[in-house]
Amino acid sequence: MSAAANKTRLVEEMKAQSGQDPSQCFQCAKCSAACPVTAAMDLLPHQVIRYLQMGMEEELLKSKTPWICASCFTCAARCPRDLDLARMMEGIRLSMLRCREGNKFGPADLTPEQLEKLPQQALVSGFRKYNK
Amino acid sequence: MRYRYFPGCTLKGQAKNMENTTLAAATALGIELVELEEWQCCGAVFPLYEDELISLLSPVRTLAAAEGEPLVSLCAACHHVLKRAQELMQRNEDARHKVTEFLEIDYKGEGRVLHFLEVLRDDLGFDKLAEMIKKPLEGRKAAAYYGCLLLRPSKVMQFDDPENPTIMEDFLQALGAEVVKSPYRTECCGAYLSVTEEGVAADTVARILDSARKAGAEMLITACPLCRYNLENCAAEDGKEPVKVYYFSELLAEAMGLQFDDLMAKAIERRRSSDVGSS
Repeated sequence: MSAAANKTRLVEEMKAQSGQDPSQCFQCAKCSAACPVTAAMDLLPHQVIRYLQMGMEEELLKSKTPWICASCFTCAARCPRDLDLARMMEGIRLSMLRCREGNKFGPADLTPEQLEKLPQQALVSGFRKYNK
Repeated sequence: MRYRYFPGCTLKGQAKNMENTTLAAATALGIELVELEEWQCCGAVFPLYEDELISLLSPVRTLAAAEGEPLVSLCAACHHVLKRAQELMQRNEDARHKVTEFLEIDYKGEGRVLHFLEVLRDDLGFDKLAEMIKKPLEGRKAAAYYGCLLLRPSKVMQFDDPENPTIMEDFLQALGAEVVKSPYRTECCGAYLSVTEEGVAADTVARILDSARKAGAEMLITACPLCRYNLENCAAEDGKEPVKVYYFSELLAEAMGLQFDDLMAKAIERRRSSDVGSS
């Protein structure tokens, strides 16, 4: 598949499967101001949308940011354009998990101490989020 | 008042105390929580792409099992997934058709899906709750910690105002506690980043605890086992004034004067009577 076809596929899928159209964003960056975990991100949330607008899919798929997003939905709560960036982040993650890298995280990555103390909810949601 | 009750995996494991204290308090309040038979996982995360239908199978099976009766859960994550799955079933006819065909069930998205705090606020009423408190938490400086999943997205969750919620503060007031407001009460704790990116969760948790401490809180309440785990385990708290973390239901049971032995006994009795009722 050519790079150009790939670029449109991610955004087209995103529009269809999450109802989110990145072109609606006017880059006010309220999402980046609201996000509680930007310190660990290599691209800020509003920059992710800008990259989507520019069709820079390869760069997005290399970025750490979608994996840092905790789906806390604060960005969506504060977006003046009523966009749900958490859904867009999910789209980038799914694009990786479905077509490219496979599972990102599994039980073998945990220490016995973590396995003993973590709430079941964290284990199930973590595996769901990072595996297909 | 009768409700179908969905516990979820964590309430039978690490967060057993949230279940025990809630069931005991509910019994004392005249709220009947009838556990769903043969329930399974809520799905754990709500799928944010609408073609991820496989993640909807278990929440939709749960929603359908409530048979139109109000469905109550305690874990913030379970409630979030169930509520959003219901909204998707109501809105997306194609997804509903595929999921219900696969499960061979009939489900149209009907029935109330509630968090137990909503039952206390909307069905029982906090005024009524306050009247039934036997040992008010006088002078205890308690702050609410909402986290993410109960509040957002507010259009679907319809739990409270996503930026300025009051339900947990009103709940604490009904228990007679001295309510303290902390600015970071709606911020994310870091969720499962505590599993993969410990440093990130250490930062988010430190901000939440420091904010509560500055506001004068000696304790925080939460309805989420993962929030509690993160708040208790992720930040370096050495030498700082402690901020204890409780499930909302632990304070409820305490304010209702229920001792731990009573709680255990009543929870077990409830389980037995629901087993008898279902056989």
